[in-house]
Amino acid sequence: MSENLIEVRGLTKKYGDFLAVDGIDFIVQKSESFGLLGPNGAGKSTTMRIIAATSQRTSGEVSVLGKDPEIQGPQIRAHLGVVPQQDNLDTQLTVTENLYIYGRYFGLSKKFINSKISDLLEFAQLEEKRDTKVEALSGGMKRRLTIARSLVSEPDILILDEPTTGLDPQARHILWDRLFRLKEDGITLLLTTHYMDEAEQLCDRLIVMDKGRIMAEGNPAALIKKYSTKEVLEVRFGSNRNAVMAPAMRELCERIEVLPDRILLYTENAETVLENIVAAGHHPNTSLVRRTSLEDVFLRLTGRSLIE
Amino acid sequence: MSAVEKKRPVPRFGALYVLEARMKSMLKFLWVISAIAILNPVLYLVSIGLGVGTLITNNIGPNGIDGVSYLVFIAPALLATSAIQGAMDEVIFPTLDGFKWARIFYGINSTPQTGSTIAAGVFLTAMVRTTLSVLAYSGILYLFGAMDSPHSYLAIPIAIFAGASFGAVMLAFASHVNNEDMFFTIVGRFLIGPMFLFSGTFYPLNTLPIGLQFFGWISPLWHATELGRFATYGHHISTTMVIVHVIFLLTMLVLGLIIAFRQYTKRLAK
Repeated sequence: MSENLIEVRGLTKKYGDFLAVDGIDFIVQKSESFGLLGPNGAGKSTTMRIIAATSQRTSGEVSVLGKDPEIQGPQIRAHLGVVPQQDNLDTQLTVTENLYIYGRYFGLSKKFINSKISDLLEFAQLEEKRDTKVEALSGGMKRRLTIARSLVSEPDILILDEPTTGLDPQARHILWDRLFRLKEDGITLLLTTHYMDEAEQLCDRLIVMDKGRIMAEGNPAALIKKYSTKEVLEVRFGSNRNAVMAPAMRELCERIEVLPDRILLYTENAETVLENIVAAGHHPNTSLVRRTSLEDVFLRLTGRSLIE
Repeated sequence: MSAVEKKRPVPRFGALYVLEARMKSMLKFLWVISAIAILNPVLYLVSIGLGVGTLITNNIGPNGIDGVSYLVFIAPALLATSAIQGAMDEVIFPTLDGFKWARIFYGINSTPQTGSTIAAGVFLTAMVRTTLSVLAYSGILYLFGAMDSPHSYLAIPIAIFAGASFGAVMLAFASHVNNEDMFFTIVGRFLIGPMFLFSGTFYPLNTLPIGLQFFGWISPLWHATELGRFATYGHHISTTMVIVHVIFLLTMLVLGLIIAFRQYTKRLAK
């Protein structure tokens, strides 16, 4: 049986004259992993803060766990785990102390928190750092601690705002592995990201946001199928020749996108297209065959790339 | 997991949990705080209490000011000063750290805690430190013979009251700060410095020209000092003035807290 943990209808948020969120609707069900994908400034974090009951909406309806975050903020927050975009750990305290005091903010008993700490340290792979001051931790460790901290109250919904932004690839993969374990445990995840690979790995369903609006909604595979072809051929002719070559490329496939540094050719079979390009007497400097990703979906929907 | 734990009610008296966490942070600075709490009074007592005190005693006799010795005269003022300084440090730094430096308040606000409970927790922590500092200070004053009057212990709650009033106002002030460099300049040079010089701390305020006495009237330190002198050795002031002093400090306390609670809530919701 499905249960809607989050319902958002006609949500808007204005900062002065600036419309950060422009009338969005979505529903997140229990045990679902739901993503908000979009570039910086798309309104993802604003939406998250409203759902997390730390920012007030301008208009629309929001229900989290059946409650209105504007009226029952503390009651909702008691059931959420929040991982903010910017770490806000208490850097003067140790790893263990941070977990402990965070649990106390929820009013949890010392006994309950202490019984959870070793599991959380193991989850965050920070057992050896348990008595280290937070200011001495690496960026990846701080992120893992922030995630562990958000789990101390055994939340019904875990909200993650750009969880891996600013981390090196290895730290990102460790974090994805941790988040994937949570997903397998059935926790409801709501996350924002501007990395399409992150969204593809972690989200059952997502919305693509741009300029405060929802551009598309669905599961990653379905979105790719709906808005793009199976494969992409990327060719580079040199930055001053890409535009000149574009008309010729358009003849050879279903759809193209001309970017400043390369041309993307959308097709069901990229190898064949590449052979045809060469057969037609064109010689790109480099070429790359790959599967389409959410990045291509985003490009199709907005005409812009996710990371600019 | 038990069903009871999973209910997750919003904790009552949330500020006490913030107090608990703040105490943990504060204890990391125990040595610094203790050093300030002990060295400050010793330096003041040796330099001004004994130095200036001897000068005064030699010139106008042992009970020359207000009918008591110079040390007894300045004791309530020194205690209130220490309370005000302790309270100020313990509201300003955590507030800037919470909103700006480490942004820890945003993390706390993601739990059932609110702007008001966080502000209250910071304020309560400052009051714990203020109380401990005042107790340490009064112990040292006692050793120097500055607590000789029969009711000198009354200077302790009065000093804590002054710390609370000024702490509440600084809590409100600090919660509005975006540019801390300018803030520290204003507070240090134009607020704290003049306040200690023009609050009748080291000499009776009425020895100043009337134009300068105005600075004392708006200073919480002066109001607390007058109350302290009245309570400890019977410094002559009218009942009306006693009420005025209490109302002045109480108003600072209440207004400061109301503004601070509102601004904490507002700033966290941004």
